[in-house]
Amino acid sequence: MSVRRIMGIETEYGISVPGQPTLNAMLASSQIVNAYAFGALSPQRQRPRWNYAEESPLRDARGFDLSRADADASMLTDDDLGLANVILPNGARFYVDHAHPEYSTPEVTNPRDAVLWDRAGVDIMRRAMDLAAREPGGHPIVLYKNNTDNKGASYGCHENYLMRRDVPFANIVRVLLPFFVSRQVYAGAGRLGIGQDGSVLRYQISQRADFFETEVGLETTLKRPIINTRDEPHADPELYRRLHVIVGDANMCDAATYLKMGATALVLAMIEDDFLAKDEWAPRYPVRAMHAVSHDISCTELIELADGRMMSAIDIQEAFADRAHDYCLERFGDEVDQETKDILHRWTDVLDRLRTDPATCARDVDWVAKLGLIEGYRNRDRLEWDAPRLQLIDLQYSDLREGKGLAGVLESKGALERLWSDSDVAEAVNEPPRDTRAYFRGNALARYPESVAAASWDSVVFDIPGRASLVRVPTMDPWRGTALHTSDIFDRSPDAATLIAELSGNPDGGAASEEQG
Amino acid sequence: MAQREHAQRGTRSEQDVDEVEDVPATRSTELDADVDAILDEIDDVLEENAEDFVKSFVQKGGQ
Repeated sequence: MSVRRIMGIETEYGISVPGQPTLNAMLASSQIVNAYAFGALSPQRQRPRWNYAEESPLRDARGFDLSRADADASMLTDDDLGLANVILPNGARFYVDHAHPEYSTPEVTNPRDAVLWDRAGVDIMRRAMDLAAREPGGHPIVLYKNNTDNKGASYGCHENYLMRRDVPFANIVRVLLPFFVSRQVYAGAGRLGIGQDGSVLRYQISQRADFFETEVGLETTLKRPIINTRDEPHADPELYRRLHVIVGDANMCDAATYLKMGATALVLAMIEDDFLAKDEWAPRYPVRAMHAVSHDISCTELIELADGRMMSAIDIQEAFADRAHDYCLERFGDEVDQETKDILHRWTDVLDRLRTDPATCARDVDWVAKLGLIEGYRNRDRLEWDAPRLQLIDLQYSDLREGKGLAGVLESKGALERLWSDSDVAEAVNEPPRDTRAYFRGNALARYPESVAAASWDSVVFDIPGRASLVRVPTMDPWRGTALHTSDIFDRSPDAATLIAELSGNPDGGAASEEQG
Repeated sequence: MAQREHAQRGTRSEQDVDEVEDVPATRSTELDADVDAILDEIDDVLEENAEDFVKSFVQKGGQ
């Protein structure tokens, strides 16, 4: 395979209410989601609720289930706490997770699309901020696409990749540990502050690195592991697992998100094809190495490998990129698709530039762009590292407000590389990808809002007038329910009852399962 | 090790190597000029009381 596979990004946004530091973050997050649901979606579309029936967050990729009694309350994401939770017409999910508004992109098939629907999430958050501020008695709420408050709290930007079930999990772990430890050099979003509480005022590459304390595990909120073992494929578990990646930073720059997703997808393809079996770049102390790489903005620090060799993060990434070049040449020759070619080129190119002078990556690497601003202020105004203004730049880089967010200012000057135009992003706010089951979910919601009772990644539940029970349409295969499969059926179905009859292959329904409402 | 791998890739793709040699000099100077212009613009949008603003940004942990 190439960079193409089912993938998605879920982002928890930082949230604050200026001047109201005591305001409950869970409440403010609910206001954000509700303001969007009631202000931006048609009245009928506010109704469908997220269906938790198929969610099993306590399933572990290593093959055992954690008992619910043993689980920390924060891990029970399938408990509906009555918090705001909506499905969007683009197939995404917009909800409150813990004390943050979270947006999960619809399933996409490639890194470029992951960037597009991730950006759509930013537009949605911006609109939600505007709508919430207009509520009577409401306070202006500000959202941030970052991962820490620099005071000990962290929240995630998780990547999801569908993988073949038959690949031994141990192989995944062995390859991904060195990959994730070193990937930060181009995927990091930059942070002024070292340590979980950020108390040492020096700059580091990653927002998240210091919050990782163990190599492999199921938790996402405490004792965070570099490799997360949550195994909840939202697809046929005999065929697939979902790799849930929690080490990444939330990127502001399109080019950074793109390369992060693309390089990771290529590494997963190599794992699935057992292409890396003989290569080992395992760090002797992965957690320590992850912190060390993040703390070294020269990108030259050598990491000790388990076999005694010493390599820098750039060396390790170059070894991966070289293997990926070989892999694609061997598998595809000249037939390699454009996007895979583009990722291979960017990957090598950014590593070469990082090696020569990291400052040359200010257009496509977030931590370099942010550091450029911080260094600019330090030089111009002769500021020390503890100057509050520098910490403000770190924070305000990820501010989503138009005109306030510094990444946005850089983009408007052409100083951060974008992959998609404003109008592309605006369209993706309401349109699902055409090549995954998100197309079915999004169209069902857009076309028959009054007839969709609930939806989740792997099903849409219809409430058909005249039927005593709800009708559940399973969407277990992420590659089906696409425009190719269903656009004709949608066009032939003026209402949901016709759609169900069409899908069932007979006018009375049948294949779709009925369930008690 | 790293040097060797670097060289290997160089021999496989001459183009990559040429590009790398060009980049640093031109891009760095451009960036310096860009940064000055951008800082002037950012002066106007930075929150006024930096210390208070940063202090009051307190989050509950998430995933």
